[in-house]
Amino acid sequence: MSLVNFTTREITCKIVYYGPGRSGKTTNLHYIYARVPETRRGRMVSLATQTDRTLFFDFLPIDLGQISGFSTRFQLYTVPGQVYYNATRRLVLQGADGVVFVGDSQARQLDENVESLQNLQSNLLEHGVDVRTMPLVMQYNKQDLPRELILTQEDLDDALNFRSVPSFAADALHGRGVFETLKAISELVLKKLAAGSPAA
Amino acid sequence: MTSTLNPRFTFETFVVGAANRLAVTAGRTVAENPGSAYNPLFIYSGSGLGKTHVLMAIGHAAKTIAAQLNIEYLTLDEYVEAFHAAIAAGQGDAFRRRFQNVDVLLVDDVQFLTNRKEMQAELLRLTEALQQSGHQIVLASDRPPAEIADLDERLISRFSGGLVVDMGIPDYETRVAILRRKAEERGTKFQPGVLETVAKVEYPNVRELMGALNRLIAFQAVNDTPINADAASKVLGIPTAASPTAASPTAASPIAASPDEFSQFLTDVTVTVGKAVEAWRARVTEAVLRWEGEGYRTGRLAKLLDQETPAAVDEAIASYVHDVERLKALEAEVAVLDPQAAGDKVFRDPDHMDDAEAAAAKVRDGAAPPPGPSAAFPLETYVPGASNDVGLNAARDVIAKPGKKYNPLVLVGRSGLGKTHLLNAIGLELAKKKGAVVACLSTQGFVDELIAAIDGNRVDWWRARYKRATALLLDDIQLLAGKERTQEELFNLFNQFLDADRQLVFTAPAHPNTLEGLEERIVSRLEGGLVAEVGEPDKELRRSVLERLLTTQHVAMEPALLDYLADRPVESVRNLSGMVQRVVEAAAAQDAPVTAGLARDVLEGGQPPRRTAGLRTSGIVVSSAGGVRSREKMVWDWPAAADRVIEDLR
Repeated sequence: MSLVNFTTREITCKIVYYGPGRSGKTTNLHYIYARVPETRRGRMVSLATQTDRTLFFDFLPIDLGQISGFSTRFQLYTVPGQVYYNATRRLVLQGADGVVFVGDSQARQLDENVESLQNLQSNLLEHGVDVRTMPLVMQYNKQDLPRELILTQEDLDDALNFRSVPSFAADALHGRGVFETLKAISELVLKKLAAGSPAA
Repeated sequence: MTSTLNPRFTFETFVVGAANRLAVTAGRTVAENPGSAYNPLFIYSGSGLGKTHVLMAIGHAAKTIAAQLNIEYLTLDEYVEAFHAAIAAGQGDAFRRRFQNVDVLLVDDVQFLTNRKEMQAELLRLTEALQQSGHQIVLASDRPPAEIADLDERLISRFSGGLVVDMGIPDYETRVAILRRKAEERGTKFQPGVLETVAKVEYPNVRELMGALNRLIAFQAVNDTPINADAASKVLGIPTAASPTAASPTAASPIAASPDEFSQFLTDVTVTVGKAVEAWRARVTEAVLRWEGEGYRTGRLAKLLDQETPAAVDEAIASYVHDVERLKALEAEVAVLDPQAAGDKVFRDPDHMDDAEAAAAKVRDGAAPPPGPSAAFPLETYVPGASNDVGLNAARDVIAKPGKKYNPLVLVGRSGLGKTHLLNAIGLELAKKKGAVVACLSTQGFVDELIAAIDGNRVDWWRARYKRATALLLDDIQLLAGKERTQEELFNLFNQFLDADRQLVFTAPAHPNTLEGLEERIVSRLEGGLVAEVGEPDKELRRSVLERLLTTQHVAMEPALLDYLADRPVESVRNLSGMVQRVVEAAAAQDAPVTAGLARDVLEGGQPPRRTAGLRTSGIVVSSAGGVRSREKMVWDWPAAADRVIEDLR
């Protein structure tokens, strides 16, 4: 997709929140949705099951208004985390400008995190995108859980963040780290635009 | 002279809200890219809303990013004071150089430029110098540039040419955030709901908000018990609302600690986008928008945007602008020659300059200049005399100072006294001047041209031809009588020529106000210049003219012949020339020399000589009836009798 359209003076960023099931991707979007003024946000589309599991994807369009003469829009998507929805994940990833990997900080979820990360790499490759060229930010969610249940940010970085991309400890339910993550991925995406080449 | 930056006034200590986000964003961008982003940056807001804070924060941020930068902050009063001191000490140039070397100049309270013309000029010069050298200037005022009384238009335009941003009154959330931050800075804690209560009051500026906070801090300091929301309302005289909306602290999640996360995010993204697009793409896009707005094709520039990293972007833009300027010049030239052709889209396409040049050349070739003066009437052959010295002197003045002294010049006199000669002589002399385009023709020719233009739907083109002229000379202006449209056109031309100090010369058989059929507005304009009469030639003038005529005819100059011819009663120079012609022809027919006796025979009862072919002279011919007419005024090809009858019947 065209990230920046100089003819119509529009910037559109598609950011996908990726990660294992129940890691807090939709919670991130809900928190953001609640903080965005009504005039700036579109309707949040959420297809969920009766148990609030994302069935297809969440979609939150945000209109940031005129920035440097460009009409700037962010489109935030989540993917369904469950393993069997891979086709949907691949579909949602199409045309993504940046990915937030929302990891579950619980120690017992480490394997799911690793598996999801590998799945992300694989799905990007399906679209002909090298994960190393895709702006990526790691968010380690649920850091509010008891310390004995979770891994620290350093531990998770060691286990998952082999590219040393920006990472954030987060508590999406209460908002900690949510906007920091969004800001970081936005910067990476926009810097990629500025450089005119794949972001590191 | 220069104030130091207050270390407390940084972006980190500034609470950003919807009302000031743009100013902060622009300030941060400027600090990160001094001289290249928004230059000048003009920030305005009411008093106490943070202008000075942002101004100093820009200075701090710029210094943090590049420590070597030379940053100056000062108020306008300080600047004026320093300037006056420098002038008094004879150090004006040093003062100017000093400020021109500043990398980031921050000027506060610019509204005090009112009624300070000399400082406005100085600031204008400084702004231009800083812009040209790529240095940044940031100004703050309590009102936008256009509302600063008596501010020089050029300054308004310079300031508006960068970025003008305002800072409004902070909204509720921002007020809460400000109060919390300030309370924290002062190490004071309030009960939940207190600051929210204060924030509900819409103070017109942050200073008053701080005043309220100070009162609460002071009140709490002298009372051992912490102040609550109701007490705070009483202290500040705020009417207590029935609904204690802010008094539900337990419900406040950590979310409430950051009331405007989205605004902060938006600010950050704005800075990032600003950095991303303020490089070459922004410049190209700006150029595309500008020239598209003016109706020019921008395909060449748009192609730049398709490239990843085009080389020499600025050169490409400069080249494009150069071509556009050339197109403008061509279009302006064509508009004069042929207004209809000027609207051609070829003059709006810088990608096809050759086409535009070709189109302009075509118009140039097609635009024949208006008829010029006849070379048969040079000034040198115009014989001066007492009867025409007023007209001749006026003509010389007109030639010396066209459009300045006598405009219009109207030469009046009976037919055959040399008005046409003098008119053309003036035209010839004016045409010798550099860049001159002299329109010189008979009024009848003028009328006929207009009729043809109307017929060919080319009146604009016709007008354009005459508008190009630097002088307009019309012979026999009385022929305009009854020709309303021509008078209308001449009236318009008249005004344009007078306004542009371009010379107008006319001839008429009598004083303009005695001519019938001319509109009053034309007559009054003719009278507005100089009306110079050309009288009947006296004997001396007649003798001078005869000498010239006989010399031209290669006739030996016998004194008796000259005396005889000069004494003959003639009413005009034209008659004189006809008389000589008759004598010369008679001599040629008889194959005899031209003598006084022969002249007497011919002119006093002798048979008129048979007209022989080949004796016509340039411009002057002898009619079968013995009259003399100039070639220009002669109808050579009469229609056949049958045609004339038809014409009469019509």
